[in-house]
Amino acid sequence: MRRTTRVATAGLGVTSLLALSACGGGDGGGDGGGDAEANAWILTGGGWPAIEEDFNRWNESNEDAQIDVEGIENDSYKGQIRTAVGSGEAPTLIMSWAGGALLEYAEQDAIMDLTGETGDLEERVFESVWQNGQVDGSTYAVPLNDVQPVVMYYNQEVFDEVGLEVPETWAEVEEAIDVFNENDVAPFSLAGGSVWPALMWLQYLTDRHGGEEVFQAVVEGEEGAWDNESILFALETMQDLGENGGYIDTYNSVTADQNEDAQLLADGQAAMLLQGSWVYATINQDFPEFAESGNFGFTSFPTLEDGAGDPSNITGNPANFWSVSADASEEEQQIATDYISENLYNEETVDAMLEAGSLPPLNDIEEEIAETEDAEFLEFSSELVGEANNFQLSWDQAVAPEVAQPLTDNLSQILRGDMTPEEFVEAMNSL
Amino acid sequence: MTETAARSKASGLGHKGPSFLMAVPAVLFFGIFALIPLIGVVVISFMEWNVLGSPTWVGLSNWTAVLFDRPFTWTALSLTLVFVVGSYLFQAPVALLLGVFMAGQQRYRALLAVLYFLPLLFSSVAVGLTFQSLFSPNYGLSAALPFEWLPNDWLANSDLVMWVMIFVVGWCFVPFHGLLYQAGVRQIPASMYEAATIDGAGRLRQFFSITLPQLRYTIITSSTLMLVGSLTYFDLIYVLTGGQPADAVRILPLDMYVTGFASYNLGYASVIAVILVAIGLTLSLLLNVLSGSSKMDSDKAGA
Repeated sequence: MRRTTRVATAGLGVTSLLALSACGGGDGGGDGGGDAEANAWILTGGGWPAIEEDFNRWNESNEDAQIDVEGIENDSYKGQIRTAVGSGEAPTLIMSWAGGALLEYAEQDAIMDLTGETGDLEERVFESVWQNGQVDGSTYAVPLNDVQPVVMYYNQEVFDEVGLEVPETWAEVEEAIDVFNENDVAPFSLAGGSVWPALMWLQYLTDRHGGEEVFQAVVEGEEGAWDNESILFALETMQDLGENGGYIDTYNSVTADQNEDAQLLADGQAAMLLQGSWVYATINQDFPEFAESGNFGFTSFPTLEDGAGDPSNITGNPANFWSVSADASEEEQQIATDYISENLYNEETVDAMLEAGSLPPLNDIEEEIAETEDAEFLEFSSELVGEANNFQLSWDQAVAPEVAQPLTDNLSQILRGDMTPEEFVEAMNSL
Repeated sequence: MTETAARSKASGLGHKGPSFLMAVPAVLFFGIFALIPLIGVVVISFMEWNVLGSPTWVGLSNWTAVLFDRPFTWTALSLTLVFVVGSYLFQAPVALLLGVFMAGQQRYRALLAVLYFLPLLFSSVAVGLTFQSLFSPNYGLSAALPFEWLPNDWLANSDLVMWVMIFVVGWCFVPFHGLLYQAGVRQIPASMYEAATIDGAGRLRQFFSITLPQLRYTIITSSTLMLVGSLTYFDLIYVLTGGQPADAVRILPLDMYVTGFASYNLGYASVIAVILVAIGLTLSLLLNVLSGSSKMDSDKAGA
């Protein structure tokens, strides 16, 4: 009797633990064998419904080459896809942000070399975006959606109230911070609670101060690469902005999940917001009054007077990318490569993207852009991307996946003032 | 349960009692879903594995690294302790009082009961998202109420966030334990209270002399569930904080998840998982021993 009770209670503990340790496992099924149905995992929200519709159209017109699509939430996707790829259970089409993960997939021979299998896509896509899918000169991934540069949004009404111009240089930014603080308006909205939006600040400040070579050294794994004066400058500047009223007071509690950072801009509680191009669509959708008021503006990150970086440099996500699983059956791989070479960026999908205010990374679509409702923003981001000297992939995607989490954790400590820039550099170098 | 025990004691094993075959499905499921993964976790704890590629044996190095070279393990352990003890101290008294109240005959009790039990119906994710909005400094409670002292960084302040988590998790689980206590109180024979009333015992005296002792086993059950439960608690904390601020609420289960599925260090994560299993088992056994399970036969004494 006594024993059974004990075992039962102990069992309770064990099962709940294991339920925990088992979570995050993917249920893929890429190598289904006999049935020739390829599959793909996409994300939910944002511009992804347009991609799903594209798959639906493909399935309607290709009876014998069906692709099954499943939408997964962003954060859980990142955990699941890696487990799935690692266990050989990946979907036929593997979505990534290129960068560190793609490099690993290629090194592990988990994905197919697509060189020569991509139809005329290579000529149609922006060179700077296309390159992200290449490893050692071979194409392992192709872009599948819009270019997502990080831009500076602003609320013109707030600037008018205090009689300021939108800052173009860092000196003007500092002046604007003083004026806004005197008028009880937060200069910058920032979703510091989500941490990754703060990474955009770190990226831009580092790049403007030291140029793209600084981070390139980190990606290439150079010894002590984080110990760089430009990275230190960026971290110090961020802490200074946090302490001295640059960011909104509550920035550590603001999260991007429910677009709170964009809401602060739309409400006029903050004058500016540094965020990805997807926020343009968010504002149009969630805060239409602000979007239609004529006060919703966008510009590029300010230049740094003494900075060594090219002011045309931008950061963000060049696009999301499709790779084809090496573990899929030959038939499934064929379906996937057909889809990539014949169907990507077809007319209907490009129209749907443009209509949603997102920019496909394609050459020669100026005419189509000019006809859309959001022509102004699309032309702006097209120019931004087209003229960029360097397009830096978001750091958390660019670094090896094992480094991404410590990077976020340490940046979170910086935002909270729990860590000095020197400690940050030391912690990142020790990885 | 005591009757079954008495019967099996009298008749001996294999006589009259239900056949062992009836336990086969349960044992099978327990083996497939608990034991095999557990063995798997132990095996992986001796391997280096980043999910991609194949795992390699590294002997004890994961263990020495996690236990001795990684100071955060001990931070996570102490955070876990704070969370477990804090949760218990918050949930147990509230659940007990709520359960006792629910079992009574007061007016509007039924209506209130429905309200109290509402949190039981929500999924952790829904609760997490709701509280995230409530705690938002610019649009949530802090902004809505005119109290300046109300902190505006509930989820971002490293000193505050642990207490917020203890509160929110407690909010979710108090109804469940309240339900247990309600059932427990309703089992207590009314005659005991009647006798006590005749003897002139007041409400408070009745509570301490009758209700509390009679609820002994409910308290043990509820405490075991609370302690082991909060030791392994994960989902709501993950949804609410996303694992941030960096280490303020990274209790062991969350640390295990982040290490395994965000930093892709399956070896370390498995070590943490095994540590959790060990602590969970020890805690369960300890509770059983301390609660004097040998005396469980005299449940209905005095009834």
